Amino acid sequence: MEQKKVVMDAEGIDRSLTRIAYEILEKNKGVEELVLVGIRTRGVFLAERLRRKISGIEGKEVPLGILDITLYRDDLQTSHRKPRLGKTDIPFSLDGKKVVLVDDVLFTGRTIRAAMDCLIDFGRPKRIQLAVLIDRGHRELPIRADFVGKNLPSSLWEAVSVTLTEKDGMDEVVIEEHP
Amino acid sequence: MTLLLKDGRVVDPSRKADGTGDLLIENGKIAGSGGELRQTGKGREKKVPHGMEVLDLRGKIVVPGLIDMHTHLREPGFEYRETIASGSEAAVAGGFTSIACMPNTNPVNDNRSVTEFIRRKAAECGLANVYPIAAISLKSEGAFLSEFWDLKDAGAIGFSDDGRSVMNAALMRRALEYASSLDMPVIAHCEDRNLSAGGMMHEGFVSTEIGLPGIPAIAEEVMVARDILLAEYTGAHLHIAHVSTAGAVRLIREAKARGVRVTAETAPHYFTLTDEAVRTFDTATKVYPPLRGLEDRDAVREGLRDGTIDVIASDHAPHARTDKEVEFDYATSGITGLETSLALSLGLVEEGLLTLPELIEKMTVNAARILRIPKGTLADGADADVTIIDPQREWTVDRALFRSRGKNTPFHNWTLKGKAVLTIVGGEIRCRDC
Amino acid sequence: MKLNRKDILGIQELSVEEINLILETADSFIEVSTREIKKVPTLRGKTVINLFYEASTRTRTSFEIAAKRLSADTINISAATSSVVKGETLIDTAKNLEAMNPDIIVIRHSAAGAPHMLAGILRQSVINAGDGAHEHPTQALLDMMTIRAKKGGIAGLKVAIVGDIAHSRVARSNIHGLTKMGAQVSVSGPATMIPRGIEKMGVVVHMSIEEAIRDADIIMMLRIQTERETQNIFPSLREYAQYFSLNRKNIGLARKDVLIMHPGPINRGVEISSDLADGPHSIILDQVTNGVAVRMALLYLLTGGTS
Repeated sequence: MEQKKVVMDAEGIDRSLTRIAYEILEKNKGVEELVLVGIRTRGVFLAERLRRKISGIEGKEVPLGILDITLYRDDLQTSHRKPRLGKTDIPFSLDGKKVVLVDDVLFTGRTIRAAMDCLIDFGRPKRIQLAVLIDRGHRELPIRADFVGKNLPSSLWEAVSVTLTEKDGMDEVVIEEHP
Repeated sequence: MTLLLKDGRVVDPSRKADGTGDLLIENGKIAGSGGELRQTGKGREKKVPHGMEVLDLRGKIVVPGLIDMHTHLREPGFEYRETIASGSEAAVAGGFTSIACMPNTNPVNDNRSVTEFIRRKAAECGLANVYPIAAISLKSEGAFLSEFWDLKDAGAIGFSDDGRSVMNAALMRRALEYASSLDMPVIAHCEDRNLSAGGMMHEGFVSTEIGLPGIPAIAEEVMVARDILLAEYTGAHLHIAHVSTAGAVRLIREAKARGVRVTAETAPHYFTLTDEAVRTFDTATKVYPPLRGLEDRDAVREGLRDGTIDVIASDHAPHARTDKEVEFDYATSGITGLETSLALSLGLVEEGLLTLPELIEKMTVNAARILRIPKGTLADGADADVTIIDPQREWTVDRALFRSRGKNTPFHNWTLKGKAVLTIVGGEIRCRDC
Repeated sequence: MKLNRKDILGIQELSVEEINLILETADSFIEVSTREIKKVPTLRGKTVINLFYEASTRTRTSFEIAAKRLSADTINISAATSSVVKGETLIDTAKNLEAMNPDIIVIRHSAAGAPHMLAGILRQSVINAGDGAHEHPTQALLDMMTIRAKKGGIAGLKVAIVGDIAHSRVARSNIHGLTKMGAQVSVSGPATMIPRGIEKMGVVVHMSIEEAIRDADIIMMLRIQTERETQNIFPSLREYAQYFSLNRKNIGLARKDVLIMHPGPINRGVEISSDLADGPHSIILDQVTNGVAVRMALLYLLTGGTS
């Protein structure tokens, strides 16, 4: 039997992002040298939303980059399906920048490991921070998020899925149990 | 040894005979055939004479020993591809009691000593009758005639520069003239080597698509036309080997209608396969002439049907693995044919293109007449060369089981119907349940 | 989606979906080559062998760069330095290489079908980098990628391929690819350079370059091989240049936004005039750039995701 539970609705997501935007500004003392880098696919949309919110608060545009970490994954040889390769687009130098990586769900930490490897190939950021909408635990690497929308303790048999209007037509975070 | 072949369907085109009956073999000769033998062997009260083997051949076909007038036995010189012994084994396994072998050995069979060597070797292994075909020109280089008279005395039964077309028309003319005074056929490998130069396969849509250099049909046809004109002019007997194109069939048909002394043969792969088979780049499909287009294949079949093509010969061309397990460009040309020829040819009967007697005629008496050898008949007193065919036997071609050293066949793993089950040469069983 | 094949031997057997997958993947790889650090760890620990039995600078270098940018180890073997000179057969060479456990073997050979022979016996993926006059799939893929990037698509475009079609693997692969993708392809050259029955591949044959390039969106000029002169494929380079070169005079027949392509190496002043080769319509160097991306895409798609 499959159970489906909505753990965050559109308003909840928006409120979390607003809070994260403030936290980013507070921690980095403004937008000086600040850049956002979204991890494909949903991290990009979340990064775009954060950029709009930051711009609304500070009145300044923060540069936004897009990262496809496929080429840095450690499971290419073993995964059953190969993710379709997307474009990476970081049209600015990362040297000396304060980078905020943005992703939807933080789980094992492997995606973030790959993203950091990739970022470092692009330059030498002053610091890298991590913003995620959901932290569901079960880390396999020593990685933690700096900004978290919601901590969602989950079991390994559960699937946490984030849907976003830009891609999926609606904003929602759902937790499902697979029998 | 005395053999009584009982109740088989005896098909002997040399006597226009086709009917169920018996065949008696005594002292290496045909001692009698027909319904009356039925009585001698039938009644339980009649004792089988001592030392007589009686074979019940109900459901089997009894035909004159098959003749393959175009083979390559590779000896002397290329024993790693085939020997006279292994080729003879392959022959009797395939149902052939007599084979003619082409002179492109090393040294070339252009002199008495090579001809005698081949005959001696064949006699030593004592399986099939082996008839050497000698070279038209010294070393088959197309420059000077070899000693036809001497070669005939030594046992050669025809002349051919097979594998190396005679490009010099004057030499071909002299060869035809000289051979006619000996009443011997000249067997022409028709290929204009300028037109075929560099070619790997039939020139057509497939070669265009897969980018292998082509050998145009006209490379064969201009030479067939030339040789027919030379035969017409000299009055000599021209036999055209391995006809593969529609144009060649047409030219031969027209020449025969005009009364030119021309005969022709084709090989099973030309009426079975087309250039489509080359798409896989399987070097087993590399052969000369090349596998042609569909319209050519159909024309060859029509030529067989209407009698334009007199003979089916396998052009048995064994090659070693090292010759074939290379890039298509570098692979040698040729298909091992002796052990698949009969079954592929029986397919023509199965399809209704030929009657069984028509097919057997093309695999026995027609070749015997072209080569002027006393074979291909079950008439009383003839040498007891007999092939027994099981027309219903289905079998799968496994090149590993070939007696021939050449495993180069495009028919590997094909399931075929019909097989020689007993091959009798000079009254002796040379292959049983082959 | 993933590429469900062990080998890339030709365009003929690729479906439109597969071609699209390769081209889209290649588009994503363009960016890697523009980075400061032009390297991703994707194929770390993989070994790519470039087995070249025919001289090649561009294609071999392109494969090598592609593999290296994906962090694969690459080995180049050319006929001159290999055991070929000692008479070893291709199969033996390949089996020996296989025994050293590479992951991908890229082969170029003057004999059509040589890559197919290897693909049949080797565990490893085989990529055809050109076999005789048969196929040159990576060239056609990079050509299609370049056309797509410049024109936004391939369907409906008028493409003229001019030169020695009969002896060109580039022409064959492009004809397969472009017709599959919906382009209208015409070919042109003296009759000695037009193989029999080529129309059945879905192209229109023109006897003059002028007819072929009229209103063309793309003109693909083929390199004329000078050794064909001795085979009487054409009488002289001089005459060929006069009647079949692309030049300032006849280029006006094509569309104003025509793009000029050439697989290289160019015979300047023979099949194409220097000013056109270097001019604003020429995308010859874009082809070279995209070649690296296409080959990265193939290496990427052929490795991994198989277990």
